Amino acid sequence: MAVLEMQRISICAMKKDRKAILEKLQSFGALEVNHVIGEDPDFVRMDTAGQKLGFEKAASSADQALEILEKYAPEKKSIFSSLEGKELIEPETEKEVQAERRELLKTAKALYDLDRERAEQLASITKLENSIESLTPWLPLDVPMKQKGTRRTAMLLGSMPGEMTMERICEVIAEKVPDAVGTDVHIVSSEQSAVYLAVVCMREDAAQVEEALRSEGFARPAQIWDDVPAYQKEELEGQIADCRQRIAQIEEEIRGYADQREKLKIVADYYRVRADKYAVLGQLPQSRRTFVISGYIPRSCAQKVAEYLAGKYECAVDIEDLKEDEEAPVILKNNPFSANMEGVVESYGLPAKGEIDPTTIMSFFYVFFFGMMLSDAAYGLIVTVVCGILVWRFPRMSAGMKKSLKLFFYCGISTVVWGVLFGGYFGNIVDIVSAKFFGRTITPPALWFVPLNEPMKLLLYSLLFGVIHLFTGLAIKGYLCIRDRKYMDFFCDVVLWFMLLIGLILMLLPSSLFASISQMEIVFPVALNTLAKVLAAAGAIGIVLMSGRSNKNPALRIALGAYDLYNITGWLSDVLSYSRLLALGLATGVIASVINQMGSMLPNNVIGVIFFIIIFLVGHSMNLAINLLGAYVHTNRLQFVEFFGKFYEGGGRPFHPFKENTKYADVKEETLS
Amino acid sequence: MSELGIVYALLGAAVAVLLSGTGSAIGVGIAGQAASGVVTEDPGKFAKVLIIQLLPGTQGLYGLLIGFITLSKIGVLGGGLADLSVQTGLLILAACLPIGVVGLLSAIAQGKTAAAAIGIVAKKPDQFGKAMLFPAMVETYAILALLISFLAVSGIQV
Repeated sequence: MAVLEMQRISICAMKKDRKAILEKLQSFGALEVNHVIGEDPDFVRMDTAGQKLGFEKAASSADQALEILEKYAPEKKSIFSSLEGKELIEPETEKEVQAERRELLKTAKALYDLDRERAEQLASITKLENSIESLTPWLPLDVPMKQKGTRRTAMLLGSMPGEMTMERICEVIAEKVPDAVGTDVHIVSSEQSAVYLAVVCMREDAAQVEEALRSEGFARPAQIWDDVPAYQKEELEGQIADCRQRIAQIEEEIRGYADQREKLKIVADYYRVRADKYAVLGQLPQSRRTFVISGYIPRSCAQKVAEYLAGKYECAVDIEDLKEDEEAPVILKNNPFSANMEGVVESYGLPAKGEIDPTTIMSFFYVFFFGMMLSDAAYGLIVTVVCGILVWRFPRMSAGMKKSLKLFFYCGISTVVWGVLFGGYFGNIVDIVSAKFFGRTITPPALWFVPLNEPMKLLLYSLLFGVIHLFTGLAIKGYLCIRDRKYMDFFCDVVLWFMLLIGLILMLLPSSLFASISQMEIVFPVALNTLAKVLAAAGAIGIVLMSGRSNKNPALRIALGAYDLYNITGWLSDVLSYSRLLALGLATGVIASVINQMGSMLPNNVIGVIFFIIIFLVGHSMNLAINLLGAYVHTNRLQFVEFFGKFYEGGGRPFHPFKENTKYADVKEETLS
Repeated sequence: MSELGIVYALLGAAVAVLLSGTGSAIGVGIAGQAASGVVTEDPGKFAKVLIIQLLPGTQGLYGLLIGFITLSKIGVLGGGLADLSVQTGLLILAACLPIGVVGLLSAIAQGKTAAAAIGIVAKKPDQFGKAMLFPAMVETYAILALLISFLAVSGIQV
């Protein structure tokens, strides 16, 4: 239950060891580089932007090549592949691949070029197809389109708007160019919107005829081909076939590179890691012969790293505690059970400077509440078994995924416990099946009680758990105040509230209101009743007087105090919020019963049983899924809003160590131990 | 007149399921439109936006829960209709109103919030935990209504 303490490590070493030391630090992955040295005439920083860019480019071209390979030769993956995590490779394999890195980059380039050529071929197919389309109306024409005419005659090709008929065209020509005799109009083809014509006339009339036709919308074709249209079309089709063939060839060629996939992955990671290294290198202050690297390191690793480096290289390593005002990056460190809830805390926000890590305390409440909301032994068992198997089968899955699955594993166990306490096994499946198939109803006994029969009892327990949860939060706030020696705050913001709240609760318990809700008469001795009133009154007065203590103006101070007392409604709504423990638990159980009920309405024969099983499987999977989601969301809400609201803000910065940030495969390495 | 009692009670069950179911359908629909938009841009976020889209769906389940309890209470399930007075019938109808009305309105509001939360996931996928919380805040009130409906229905003596 802690935030790991950070120290500053500064290493000053000879330049000749620079590469080796940087690579070692990168493989340890325990240092976040952060330089405090300002501009200094003796130290200069190297400009590595160029190299870094080069490596990043190389990495991305390898990535691109992998994408291309994936497109044409998809890798066979199981549905669980996302759980498998990164591959682990031998250092020798990596060395081999490193040696071939230039060839591999050429392969990547070749793949890229092939992919681009394929795209170009596709584009030219589209272009050719367009050409064929514009050629289609001219297909019946049996002379080449570029034919201008004979020695004495001219041929005009072109299209006119759709409503034109032969008579109209002839009429137009006769009207506008009366002396053009022997003009011959052919309609080559016609469609809805256009008529395609070939007009033959005497050479000397050609200009006038064209002018006349143009006045009625005549336009020459956009593209003129050398050949007879029918031949031309055949030729274009031939070209398309060529393109298609080339595309098939390219795809085949790309598939031929599939065996390079693993190597490309390794080389992509290699360049990615080097790019990171050069980014760090660019930040290092360097003198003529030495260089300095400085940054945050967890205290637990600091000594080991220092000893390792001092033993192996000529260098000076200095470890110091952080300065007061320095805001260190945060790593959480918890026991193996609570560590799985770190992701939940992270999603709210890491502890800021001066805050404690709430993970450990929260983890127990988390599992407790989650189980209560799902509260079905069979569902819990399914969740536990599935998560357990996945964690066990895929040891190399990513750390975050593993934590989430283990979180659900523990929540599943808690669900089983609550399910047994409340007697929920797939809702009421035992009752239904025993009544339907064996003729007598067997009800598995609830170890504690059945919520559906005694909802008020469970509601009261839910609110009780809520009060415990909230008081724990307030107590942590008290602890923080004492730790920081803010005794005044401790008294005013924590003790007074405890007095008020406990007083109010003690006043409520013996009241007739509580008796009518809980069906329990609670009688306190008179002294306790008086004490309750005194506590509540003292707490309330104290809060009114003290909450605005930072304010000098007495009137304003009282007003602020009274406003703070109004927060009692906030406490009321916080406690009532825990009624969701009851409501969600009921929702799981009742909807499961609805599913069972539906199944039980079927006739008692073979088909009925088959449908019963189908309804059972589909219905309960859906109910499990939706209630799992509900339990997760609402458990988070209880932690984030009600619990954290009492003492925790978050806002810490996560630790980003200088490490080998690979994407596809990790290399086996000696670790620090 | 006692025949009308059971009608009112059944009307109660119908109101609970009808209104909250309608609300959830609208809410999930609103969130679904936003979710589809995100998935067209980045199919990798499918699982995350699907989870948020589902959040306004719970009101329908709460309505179903109350409806089911009412049905089994008045004996529509399993045969043997209970003999209800008009007063009891109306009591059950009234008991079903909270989850019906609050379910309808809160599911629509939650759908809109979920659509906005999907926007968070689209731009900052790492803030998924927080995004999920905003729609869950709305749901609190549906849960409170469910609780009252449930306590009322199970408290009415038939």
